[in-house]
Amino acid sequence: MVELKLPMDEKTVRDLKVGASVELTGRMITGRDAAHQWLLEDTRQEVAPFLEGSVIYHCGPVVRQLEDETYEFVAAGPTTSIREEPYQAEVIERYGLRGVISKGGMGLETLEGLRRSGALYLHAVGGAAQVLAQAVKKVERVFMLEEFGVPEALWVIQVEKFPVMVTMDAHGGSLHTEVEAFSKEQFERLLTTSA
Amino acid sequence: MLTKEQYVDTFVELIRRASTELPPDVVQALEEGREREVDDSLARRALDTILDNVDLARQKSAPICQDTGTPVAWVRYPVGTGTRLLEEAMQEAVKEATAKTFLRPNAVDTLTGKNTGDGSGRAIPFLHFEEWEEPKVEVRLILKGGGCENVGTQYKLPDTRLQAGRNLEGVRRVVLDAVVEAQGKGCAPGVLGVCLGGDRVSGFSESKCQLLRPLPDTNPILELAELEERLLKEANELGIGPMGFGGRTTVLGVKVGVLDRLPASYFVTVSYMCWADRRAAVSLDQEGAVTWLN
Repeated sequence: MVELKLPMDEKTVRDLKVGASVELTGRMITGRDAAHQWLLEDTRQEVAPFLEGSVIYHCGPVVRQLEDETYEFVAAGPTTSIREEPYQAEVIERYGLRGVISKGGMGLETLEGLRRSGALYLHAVGGAAQVLAQAVKKVERVFMLEEFGVPEALWVIQVEKFPVMVTMDAHGGSLHTEVEAFSKEQFERLLTTSA
Repeated sequence: MLTKEQYVDTFVELIRRASTELPPDVVQALEEGREREVDDSLARRALDTILDNVDLARQKSAPICQDTGTPVAWVRYPVGTGTRLLEEAMQEAVKEATAKTFLRPNAVDTLTGKNTGDGSGRAIPFLHFEEWEEPKVEVRLILKGGGCENVGTQYKLPDTRLQAGRNLEGVRRVVLDAVVEAQGKGCAPGVLGVCLGGDRVSGFSESKCQLLRPLPDTNPILELAELEERLLKEANELGIGPMGFGGRTTVLGVKVGVLDRLPASYFVTVSYMCWADRRAAVSLDQEGAVTWLN
């Protein structure tokens, strides 16, 4: 288990390989479909400091507003990330992100972006919304809540020992590519062995 | 005659149960999956986290997954009872469950991109109605997440790419292809609801209805029971594993239904349900007595 503090530097990222289990502590930001488009329409100076050196979490949380008007995450697992494939590499590069937390893996353009910029694809367990919400200690602030709604707003959060696995690294390694290739071989075998 | 409020209260509890308590047969299938995986593998660790999460959600009465999905319900009602009151009650229950954070505000206006904010929207929740002879109302609910809905698919046979003809061997080929295409993106290990035949609408409707069957349930049609068993075994030989991390547990169950078709069409529809296979069911008699069903 590797413990990492956010923000992190390029060397830390490049030292990690596919298969590593990581716990993240520090500040990160959520953002998913609407956020990725918005981040590229213009350079959003107001959120840029929260992205630089940190990670973006593809998450649409369930959120409760407390009596003192602060927020708490009730459920907060990752959403499928392949939808951000057209935007991800550029978001990483433009804002200096060191990683993406998500699920399901991403494509070759993102993989190349991770290599070029020095960033990681960190896989959280999909559906594990309670385990992951427990690691969210504080909701600091939120951007675009009114415009995008709760699931798609950009939530700035403090996390402690947030559990993820490296499934795509900054050296071109991807567990998803390996598993897909293996499963396709198995599929071919099943198709030929019994007609 | 029950009042709308009686229905709303029961439906809110139905939604809470579906969102926060995974059915025991699904938990058991996940536990069996964990036992099959190699010690300390990514697959085993993912299933450990999943099972911890299931416990935590139940204890805290909080959503298992933050994507609380589309509420889809099959409602059976007695002769002489209308459907409008039931439909309104379910709409209200979804709003109340959203306010109580059992559901996420999950409905987005497709044209404006704006979240409706209260969880309800056009065709959300989605209800199927059927009149029956029993003197009670029965509601069977699933919460169908977006990630797994996105990997659902529909084939038409014959399919040249997969050399799939209009027979059960052809069906086998396309269903396995659907699992390969999904990889981990639908939150494997999933449950497959499959429909043979029908049209493009009835096929998806029936494939989702198959998801109401408990996992140990055996198909009453022998050749479909055999197909289900074979597809389950072969899907788990694909090596996709929990979350697509690789492993022996890719699918927890396969349920196949059949509808008649036109001579020109042979659709095979696959609805993929994530491991968070959330379903709950209730019946209400005419005095308002509530029975929770499996």
